[in-house]
Amino acid sequence: MKKVLTLSLLGLAIAATSAQAQDYEEVRIGVDVPYEPMEYRTADGELTGFDIDLGNALCDEIGVSCEWVVQGWDGIIPGLMARKYDAIMSSMTINDDRREQVLFSDPYITPPSAWFAPGGTELEEISEESLTDMTIGVQRGTLQDNYVTDMYGDVADINRYATADDMVLDMESERLDILFLDFPVGKSTLLDSEEGDYTVVGEMLTEPKEYFGDGFGIAFRQRDEALAEQFNEALETLREDGTYDEIYARYFEAK
Amino acid sequence: MESLLTWLENQLADNSIFTLQTLSHYADGLTTTVQLVFLSLIIGLIAAVPLAIGRGSRHAWIKWPIFAYTYVFRGTPLLIQLYLIYYGVVFVDGIQESWLWVILEDPFIPALIAFTLNTAAYTTEIFRGAIKSTSKGEIEAARAYGMSPGLTMRRIIIPSAFRRALPAYGNEVIFMLHASAIASVVTIMDLTGAARFVYARYYAPFEAFLFVAAIYLCLTFAILYFFRHLEKKLLAHLQPQTG
Amino acid sequence: MIDLHGYGPRLLEGAGVTLQLALLSLLLAVVLGLITAVAKMSRSWIAHRTATLYTTVIRGVPDLVLMMLLFFGGQIGVNMITDWLYYQFDIDIFININEFVAGVVTIGLIFGAYMGETFRGAFMAVDNGQIEAGKAYGMSSSLVFRRIRFPQMMRHALPGLSNNWMVLLKTTALVSVIGLADMVRVASEASKATREPFLFMMVVALIYLLIASVSEWLFARLQKRYSIGYGEED
Repeated sequence: MKKVLTLSLLGLAIAATSAQAQDYEEVRIGVDVPYEPMEYRTADGELTGFDIDLGNALCDEIGVSCEWVVQGWDGIIPGLMARKYDAIMSSMTINDDRREQVLFSDPYITPPSAWFAPGGTELEEISEESLTDMTIGVQRGTLQDNYVTDMYGDVADINRYATADDMVLDMESERLDILFLDFPVGKSTLLDSEEGDYTVVGEMLTEPKEYFGDGFGIAFRQRDEALAEQFNEALETLREDGTYDEIYARYFEAK
Repeated sequence: MESLLTWLENQLADNSIFTLQTLSHYADGLTTTVQLVFLSLIIGLIAAVPLAIGRGSRHAWIKWPIFAYTYVFRGTPLLIQLYLIYYGVVFVDGIQESWLWVILEDPFIPALIAFTLNTAAYTTEIFRGAIKSTSKGEIEAARAYGMSPGLTMRRIIIPSAFRRALPAYGNEVIFMLHASAIASVVTIMDLTGAARFVYARYYAPFEAFLFVAAIYLCLTFAILYFFRHLEKKLLAHLQPQTG
Repeated sequence: MIDLHGYGPRLLEGAGVTLQLALLSLLLAVVLGLITAVAKMSRSWIAHRTATLYTTVIRGVPDLVLMMLLFFGGQIGVNMITDWLYYQFDIDIFININEFVAGVVTIGLIFGAYMGETFRGAFMAVDNGQIEAGKAYGMSSSLVFRRIRFPQMMRHALPGLSNNWMVLLKTTALVSVIGLADMVRVASEASKATREPFLFMMVVALIYLLIASVSEWLFARLQKRYSIGYGEED
């Protein structure tokens, strides 16, 4: 027996949610935009990107309707706990720190992190020595932020940004020497961009696992195991019937 | 110093959030905040004196541009002014190639410019109000002594206006301290920037923000105390005489 | 005509959000301000101390820090309560501290403290003789408050109220930092996407100036109204 209360007072939305996955008719998914090509907005404000398309396809497969809730990155896990939404699908890397707080689906994509610098950069490799006195850009609270802070925090300046967009803009204006982010995002916003000329420096990283985790997963509240299971099964189906490949090609293959 | 550090380390041993690393973030943040606020206030104060005098000028071409400047900078949010200067300068053609870029590249300088322009606008209006309320008798007395208008301004009007402006200016200083929190929006690691970093890394909003709120509160009290003290000293002649 | 690259409608929507936010915060601030003023003048030691603590702490901490504390921390606090309700009584409610609520509550709290000072000064400026006259006519103290103290106080409070409103209006811009799609947020997204920060920031600055000028005019009219019966020098 669940008591359902719906009240609205000064924008204080009090909405009823249920504990059992079977009860979900609508799944609200939290996402942080822009993070092109994973999730971003078109000029008229519509959400699009790999996560959005895959998420919608997963919901169709399960037979629930999806509602996307935009939430800034630094509040995205608290927002899930707070039941502002029921899942997070926002290029979130699976790692142990986060496993303590949320329940992850199987990884749905595993992109590496990469260093991006202007085409004419003198950097040839990434090391403590070569990064000394450089200004590195990262998105605040990401695994890239943690990695760079721990590895190079003592030798380099680290500028932390709220969105990837801010970071790219400061890269274009030459405020940053180099930035460290998910490879697909850097490829889409820097390598494929018409403005400026950028290059990947050094190796792409997926290790050590304590920082880089096991790929991107959909995050759920710990108690929503059944819901996570439904998403895992749907993901399996989409991979088999070719829908996954089609969406993948839409965002990651040459334009 | 060494023993102090070990002591601190022991104190922090059971604490996963307030480690030496995060505390040093807060300490750096404090330095940055104080530098940013202090520098913008000093430069703004120096600029505001001639601007306030000019604002009361009889010449329209001096008076109106200053009025427009203070109106716009006081009428719009500081955040917009900061965005305009931080992101705007980038799009000035050829700026990256000029010597200016060496200065503007660092987020500190655009923020300093925005804060200075903002506080100068407010301070100008504070001074103007104080100058305007100079009692006519004081000016007439100066004239009667044969002082020129320039000398009257320097010797009589400005010193007495300074004193009268003091309480309002104290508020402006506190206002600037609080307004400086937005520097973190353009990647500056000021006090608020440090708090946001700690919050994002440990998902610990109470620890991160309450701690920083306490530091700001202390700074505010220090400023209040300083101005009270200054007022008591400089405005002593206006207090009722006792004894 | 200036080309807003298709962001015109969203910008207008954002301006609407800014106005709603500002007006609701003002409402909350006025209510809190009146309570604070009354508490500060009250003879109750607790009311007096609480009000003083409130105004001191609030005015000592930056708006942005308070806003983040409330937005990020407030949700966790509220959830502790709702989770407890869920486990204890199987009552599943969810109170969402979204950006808008966090904005209204923070700005309301901050300006409530400033309004408290404004109202207190204004109450004290009301001539005591008038209150005594009211009592002599046999008015109850609540009637004296409604008919005499409040309307007269408003006349003295209006300049301070107008000042606070102008500052409050500009403070709403901060809510864009925690993610509310007000006009500053829309403008900053638009300027990054189109690489035209000057254009969009100028437009938003102009809208702020416009709202400020309209309010100035409105307050001047209100002042005239509340000053009926007093000489021009007021």
